[in-house]
Amino acid sequence: MSRSDVLVDADWAESHIGEPGFVIVEVDEDTSAYDKGHIPSAIKIDWKQDLQDPVRRDFVDKTGFEHLLSERGISNDDTVILYGGNNNWFAAYAYWYFKVYGHNKVVLLDGGRKKWELESRELSKDVPSRAKTNYTASEQDPALRAKRDEVVDAIGKRNLVDVRSPDEFAGRLLAPAHLPQEQAQRGGHIPTAKNVPWSKAANEDGTFKSDDDLTTLYAGEAGVDFGKDTIAYCRIGERSAHTWFVLHEILGLSNVKNYDGSWTEYGSLVGVPIELGEGK
Amino acid sequence: MSQDLSGCGAPAGGVTITADKASKEAVIEGHVLRGGAPVTPGYARLRGTGDEFVAELPLGDDGGFRFFAAPGDWTLVVLAPGGVRAERVVSADIGQITKVEIEV
Repeated sequence: MSRSDVLVDADWAESHIGEPGFVIVEVDEDTSAYDKGHIPSAIKIDWKQDLQDPVRRDFVDKTGFEHLLSERGISNDDTVILYGGNNNWFAAYAYWYFKVYGHNKVVLLDGGRKKWELESRELSKDVPSRAKTNYTASEQDPALRAKRDEVVDAIGKRNLVDVRSPDEFAGRLLAPAHLPQEQAQRGGHIPTAKNVPWSKAANEDGTFKSDDDLTTLYAGEAGVDFGKDTIAYCRIGERSAHTWFVLHEILGLSNVKNYDGSWTEYGSLVGVPIELGEGK
Repeated sequence: MSQDLSGCGAPAGGVTITADKASKEAVIEGHVLRGGAPVTPGYARLRGTGDEFVAELPLGDDGGFRFFAAPGDWTLVVLAPGGVRAERVVSADIGQITKVEIEV
């Protein structure tokens, strides 16, 4: 896996609008963005309503994912082109999610919605109608997703990469600065975690930095040992999906997992160690 | 505008806030205007003292934005189509709403 296999630019995406076998999907948490205008022919997936179980804190199950993709008109053979707001956080999360369920023909639009908008490219309010399919998902791939006990066991053994902002990492903020400061019971980070904010991997227009810059960022500046297994986390798992995408898909590292329970889970656990302040 | 705070996403313009919540937050809010008219689409980005990225959100229909920061100095960056880019240094404190109006 390398950059050219997983990332596409806006010209490429534009050239595949409406082409059979390609489905453009906008993924956001706040879907009002899609409703105000989206890439022509794009359908939408709601990060929460469509991809999260309505009762338990978890993914929709395999049957639910199959139902979702069938209902949206996505077939197993389609190449899915994902993009979204928030510098592609939720699109990267969806990319990871599609991979967890075994859909391998998936790419991410570099720069996402922001770059598309900043370049004044065409947006449409037309909602496409796609024929239903009979999508079949694979079982979840446990090699891509870390869970709580595995994370606790990884302290001091594997790379833990905390991709939140330095203030969240240090425990000064509990949430990103565009949100009220609520959620986890405690602030701080998982001991031994390196703080590499997701944003350091992205340019101001939302595109990913070069392979050389990314390697320098993680292996050089942050001291992430590429020879070890890695778990990335943030607050709820979508910013860390962005970092998972960088490490696993762009840089091609194997054994990189996303911990989607992330700080909202870990910071509310009883009996686990927490570290405050800057990284050690 | 979504008020569901279970995610990390930034709704256009930022999350709205009630008076009781405002007293516990360090809020930075304002609008981006061009010739007095709202700039949208566009983006507002907050950077910390070390120039690190802290948060970003799309401007609302009224060109508005709102951040919930920690006390201290911050750099606000605005991006809009046509290569528009503007920066302002702002201060925030708990219980205060720092207003920033930016004309591009």
